[in-house]
This record gives sequence, C-alpha cells and structure tokens, in this order.
Amino acid sequence: MAILEVKNLEVFYGVIQAIKGISFEVNPGEIIALIGANGAGKTTTLQTITGLIPSKAGQIIYEGQDITKIPGHKLVSMGIAHVPEGRRVFAGLTVLQNLYLGAYTRKDKKEMEDTLEMIYERFPRLKERRDQLSGTLSGGEQQMLAMGRALMSHPKLIVLDEPSMGLSPIYVNEIFDIIQKINQDDGVTVLLVEQNAKKALSIADRAYVLETGKIALSGDAQALMNDDSVKKAYLSE
Amino acid sequence: MSFLSYLINGISLGSIYAIIALGYTMVYGIARMLNFAHGDIIMVGGFVIFTCVSTMGFPPLVGVLVAVIACTVLGVMIERVAYKPLRGASSLAVLITAIGVSYLLQNAALLIFGSNARQFTSVVNVPSLKLAGGALSISGVTMVTILTCIIIMAGLMTFINKTKIGQAMLAVSEDTGAATLMGIDVNRTIAVTFAIGSALAAIAGALLCSTYPSLTPYTGSMPGIKAFVAAVFGGIGSIPGALIGGILLGVIENLSKAYISSQLSDAIVFAVLIVVLLVRPTGIMGKKITEKV
Repeated sequence: MAILEVKNLEVFYGVIQAIKGISFEVNPGEIIALIGANGAGKTTTLQTITGLIPSKAGQIIYEGQDITKIPGHKLVSMGIAHVPEGRRVFAGLTVLQNLYLGAYTRKDKKEMEDTLEMIYERFPRLKERRDQLSGTLSGGEQQMLAMGRALMSHPKLIVLDEPSMGLSPIYVNEIFDIIQKINQDDGVTVLLVEQNAKKALSIADRAYVLETGKIALSGDAQALMNDDSVKKAYLSE
Repeated sequence: MSFLSYLINGISLGSIYAIIALGYTMVYGIARMLNFAHGDIIMVGGFVIFTCVSTMGFPPLVGVLVAVIACTVLGVMIERVAYKPLRGASSLAVLITAIGVSYLLQNAALLIFGSNARQFTSVVNVPSLKLAGGALSISGVTMVTILTCIIIMAGLMTFINKTKIGQAMLAVSEDTGAATLMGIDVNRTIAVTFAIGSALAAIAGALLCSTYPSLTPYTGSMPGIKAFVAAVFGGIGSIPGALIGGILLGVIENLSKAYISSQLSDAIVFAVLIVVLLVRPTGIMGKKITEKV
C-alpha cells in the first residue's frame, strides 16, 4: 500500500488554477522526485499535501487516511515533515532552538535527545554551531539545519522542496548524499521537488514530470533520465 | 533631591507604560496586528477592581485577581470573535476592527457605569519610604509599580525562553508558515498571546488607577496610545524594547512636566517619538536580521 496517494488534486490561487488534477503515489521506502520548470506547480503540490494551502478538489491519502482537510500542524505528529523552499529556518533563534522546535510535537524527552544525537552525527556542523544564531549560518548549513529540524519530528515521510537551491556544487553533492542516507539508513520515505533534475533523478526510484499543473510524464527515474524529451527539456543535453 | 523624585516617579509611570506596551508588542510580534482595543482592556480591569472592592467589599488583592481573570477571558474572546475571522484579511481591515472594538468597550462601560469619574481606592497598602532625612519620599504605589514591572519582565523572559509554548511564540513571530510545519498550532499560540497581554493589561489597570485614582470609560485610552508609542519607540515586536521604550517615555513625560510645561508634556513625548523614528525607523531595539538566502 502506498504511504501517500494523491488523487485528482486541484488547487487554485484565486481564479488561477495552479494544479489541474494531478495524481501520483509514493510507496514506503521510496525516493520520489517531482521535477519540472519554474511555475509548473511543484511547490504548490507539496504545500497542499502538508496543509499549508487548501485544495479545491481531489484527495490526499496518507497511510490509508484521508488528510485532505486536516490542518497542517496536525500532520507533523502523524509522521509527515516538510522542509520548505528557501529553508525558512528561524533566523533569530539558535541552531539548537530550531532543532528543538522541530521536535515540538514529541512528548518523550529521552527519545527526543536520542534523535538529537543522531542528527548531530549526521550533521556534525550543526553540533559545532548549536549555540549560533541560525541566521548567521551559510546557505548550505541552513539547508542542513532545515533538514535536521524536520528529522527531529521523527517522520515517516519527509517532503523536501528544492534542497539544492542556491547552494554551491560541493554542498549540493553533500545534501544529496545525506538525502540518500536518510532514506536508506533511517528508512524515511522521501518526496523530493527539484529544479536540478539530473541530481534528483540520479537518487530517485521513480519520478513525475510536472508541466503547468499537470503530470506530463512519469516512470522509473533511470528510464526518465534516458528519455529524449526529458533530456531535451530538463537535463540540458 | 526633587530631580531624583521626578525621575523615580517617571520610572514608575514608565513601568506602567511598559507593562501595557508588552501587550501591544507581543500581539504585534505574533499576530502582526495592532490591537487598538488593548488600552480599553486596562479600563475594563479598572472597573472590575472598582466593582469588586468598592461596591462588593472584597479585599483589593481579590479584586486584582478577578480583574486578571476577567480581562484574560475578555481578551481571548475578542480575538476569537473579532480578529480570528479576519486572519488573512488586509491589515487595514483588522486595524479598523480593532478601533471598533475599542469604541465598543468604551461605550459598553459608559452604558454600565455612566460618564462620571469614579474614585478608585488604591489596591496598594504599602507605606511610603522616606530617604535622606525626609527630603526624598517614595510612595508605596511607586515602589510596588516598579517592582511589579521587574517581576513581570523576568517572568515573561523566563516563560518565553524556557517553555515550549514560549518557544512556539518566538517561532510564530518569525515565520507563521514554518511554525505550522513544526506542528505548532498558530491559532492557539495567538490566543495564548492575547491571554497574556490582557492579563498584563489588568495588572497595568490596577497600578494605573492606584497612581491616578480617577476612573472613567476613557481611562485606558490615553495610556493605551502612549504605551503604543512606547512599543514603537523601543522597537515594536521586541520585549526588551517595550521595557526600555516604556521607561524612557515615562521619564521624558515626567521630567518635561516638571521642568518645561505640564501642558506641553504630551506634545514633547510625541515629538521625541517622531525624532527617534526619523533616526531609527525600527525603534531602539528594532530587529535588523540579516538573512542569508
């Protein structure tokens, strides 16, 4: 059974329809990539799934339960974590305060501290800088913090929006390595939105190509990488 | 010696402004709105204490406690009924609603208590302190007001830095969307903020009416506006800013009353605000966060 299933989703901004009836599914343990150009509706799709934007029609099913109408803040304790576009760390708070806010919905202090240790192991830089204001971190470090913060809620599904945006190539590689580790070592299912299609397809199991609010293509990530139309439009070859 | 006495009284008046300004600044920081009905909550607090103590004969501290509870409930109710439906509406619509709520409270009080000023019995029964062989006298209300302000400040800082809900408030004030993604219920956080602000307004009402013992339906309006000025002065959204802005405003007001003109003191206060905002548009403690993108 799919961990996440999106059925005929439609989203409007006023009278403008941003998402025109898309359907896709994410199976447990997978890395799924949503790729597409600017304005294709990738971020809107993610924000609708995590309850930041209301949908007009369609259904979002998570672990067999219809979550379409559940407010965003309740989805965190159900196991969905969202790393937003532009990272959106709490700039005026320290790294550690940000991480604790990620665990806001957790009750067990001991388990939370264990998760913190695990995150420090995965992101040693966050441990070094735990008392620093997060607004003073570099872009790559902020991305790590945003991911660490999301992992503090101990999610089953992590939704990542443009994790490589604005990062230097070294950081891009590091971030994608970490995404793979989160998926393989920690068993977290990943739904990834990326403009860097090449990178995204290289770590994804399957992918969906969004074009102006519709799914234009879908399939095995390897197959899509070799698809001529994808190559031409998104891989700049 | 008289300078010292003016200064201390100024700090005391400023402490009241600071306590009121906290309500403005916290609500602004978290809900991004100016709650112009905040000053009138002070007046409601004053009338609740007046009714409890002078009409029903309860001890003053019980009156203050009842006022704190009543104002907390009122503040949360106002937020629920008047402001929550406007979440996402233009800030102008929210501002006009707040002014409407302010008039509603004033006129409701007018209807119940009439326009005649009531003699408010001070809730503070502390003897005044005589220093320097009687040359300097500090009244009990003055001491209690300054002390209360310090306790509230320390308590609030501890609450925000040490509790989960306090951290949630910081998160919401920085980024509502990101706070939602942490699992924080933004609406509940805003309600808690209104509750705290209104409880503080009740305490400010008790101190204000004990210092200036005349109570009318318009009692809260001028101190409310001055506290708003204090909040902007200190940097709206900043809690230490509310304290510094409030105290400075009280001191400036009292010193200009003493040495320049008692009629011009308000004009001087507002002139200082204009100058500060021209030089530092974000206020004294205004945040200038440099964000890396």
